[in-house]
Amino acid sequence: MAQPLPTDQAGRRRPTAEETRTASIAEVIRPGYGFTSVTDKVASITLRPGVLIGWLAGFLIAFSLVMLFTVAITYLVVKGTGIWGVNIPVGWGFAIVNFVWWIGIGHAGTLISAILLLFRQRWRMSIARFAEAMTLFAVACAGMFPVFHTGRPWLAYWLLPYPNSMGVWPQFRSPLIWDVFAVSTYATVSLIFWYVGLLPDLATMRDKAKSLFVKRIFGVVALGWRGSAMHWQRYETASLLLAGLATPLVLSVHTVVSFDFAVAVIPGWHATVFPPYFVAGAIYSGFAMVLTLVIPIRAYYRLHDFITMRHIQNCAKIMLVTGLMVFYGYCTELFFGWYASNEYEGFMIHNRVFGNYWYMYWFLIFCNGVMPQLLWFKRVRTNVVVLFLISLVVNTGMWLERFVIVVTSLSRDFLPSSWGMYAGTVWDWATYVGTLGLFAWLIFLFLRFVPMISIFEMRTLVPEARVEPQEHGH
Amino acid sequence: MAHVETTPALYGLMAEFKTATALVAAARRAREAGYTKIDAYAPYPVEELAEALALPRNRVPLVTLLGGLAGLAAGYGLEYWASVIAYPMNIGGRPFHSMPAFIVPAYETTILFASIAATIGMIMLNGLPQPYHPVFNVPQFARASTDGLFLTIEAADPKFDLHATRAFLEGLHPAGVSDIAA
Repeated sequence: MAQPLPTDQAGRRRPTAEETRTASIAEVIRPGYGFTSVTDKVASITLRPGVLIGWLAGFLIAFSLVMLFTVAITYLVVKGTGIWGVNIPVGWGFAIVNFVWWIGIGHAGTLISAILLLFRQRWRMSIARFAEAMTLFAVACAGMFPVFHTGRPWLAYWLLPYPNSMGVWPQFRSPLIWDVFAVSTYATVSLIFWYVGLLPDLATMRDKAKSLFVKRIFGVVALGWRGSAMHWQRYETASLLLAGLATPLVLSVHTVVSFDFAVAVIPGWHATVFPPYFVAGAIYSGFAMVLTLVIPIRAYYRLHDFITMRHIQNCAKIMLVTGLMVFYGYCTELFFGWYASNEYEGFMIHNRVFGNYWYMYWFLIFCNGVMPQLLWFKRVRTNVVVLFLISLVVNTGMWLERFVIVVTSLSRDFLPSSWGMYAGTVWDWATYVGTLGLFAWLIFLFLRFVPMISIFEMRTLVPEARVEPQEHGH
Repeated sequence: MAHVETTPALYGLMAEFKTATALVAAARRAREAGYTKIDAYAPYPVEELAEALALPRNRVPLVTLLGGLAGLAAGYGLEYWASVIAYPMNIGGRPFHSMPAFIVPAYETTILFASIAATIGMIMLNGLPQPYHPVFNVPQFARASTDGLFLTIEAADPKFDLHATRAFLEGLHPAGVSDIAA
């Protein structure tokens, strides 16, 4: 900052502000790119005719899992939720575990696109669009579970407040209705934010497309965007406002999801630590999913120039920080169980750690408490293969966390006479694996049909974008 | 009015620039020369253009605020009306008007309405969707979404004179000046 003294104590010349800026940009995009080369690199992936064999293989595998999902859901609708393992006392099983897991994964997308935009983080730009797409698709998968868990999905609209012949209204004091509002708002705002971010790039696609059909499709969705200065000014304002709105929204969504548990009286659920602990866990699992997706995509489409080790390391660091928060949450739960001196709370903790599902708990501690500690080491953070494996472990760990919270508490509540065990059936697994397929399938479609990196934001990083300061008047 | 003209209708003139610095300088010179119906086109947001063109403050924040307030009123109003007036029901002795519980959905509707207002407001204020615009008639303008940087002066500008304005634009050292057919 000290402009007149550009040397440090050792007498070396300090970098100027300009040099620092150039160096920090070089970390997020390899030097040598200009407007045209950035545009071509991303646009060519979408506009290339035909399909790549690797893409096709992945797409077909994902699609076959979508078919599995369709079968599982069809059978569910025909037979009813009895085909799932849920029963009293464990009335919330895989459906809620998977719902919370998917919603949590979505959170990293909003964090990257909204919160990092407010903090003006340049490394956000090249991965924001993947991450937002991931959010949308994860929320879509999440939404499947509560809708089908109602048992009568064709009546799911009863959750919405609408004037009806029965004369009743939703119970607004219930966290489950809060959830309907939070998740549907989250899905809508994520979609809007994603589309707004896409708008200038859709115009680029319209102008670069060779085939008239493709040109027309992009032309319609680009709304006639032409990059006027006034338009850009309103556009930038709207993006910033959307980021400002999405930030409190994303924090509220997992808070509301945690209220589904925290507002209940079941030991192990009724805890004030839940909202922050759930939000941290959501971001933790979301960044794990970002790495799970970005590492193979970067390698397959050779995007190393745009998604540098800086991006990957930053994701790993956020994973480490939020992972530590989550682990702190587990420790707090143990402490509360002891410190509350409440018979039921104490039993709940004992049951979690040593009860029927002890292996789930210890596997969870291994995945979310032990494994992330590897991220302290730079050698781990710079090794994409190891990071990819850690991201899979973390995703597993976060699924186990929700399973432990939901199932251990419900299976052993206050009265021993109402205890019972729970295990997912083959249909539970088919539905879960099916949504994994649905998610992957949507990601494959996204990679093929939408520019996967925000081109106009990448343009702001190249040297051509810089406007030299000039003196007024003449 | 149109039948008076003898040449094909002209929307204005368009100058292309090679660097963002040149575009910003040209935009400033055009404004200082007294032109009012000017616009600049860039493939990415150039903050300096807002100052160079003396763009007015935009109304997107106001629209967003109004959207948010409408969302708050709609969400809370719905909850109050449904739980107190339309279908009052005693749930565990809670008051009909359970304000702390009602905050959560109202918070979400506030954000929902504000976000929709920001987006639709931005699109509508920008005059989009607009399938046709004369600038697209200039062949070079296809690059406006890749690397093209353009400055336009409309024929509707009171100071516009085909020859003088063309000479003015040529004086800004552009890469080229084109007519924009209306």
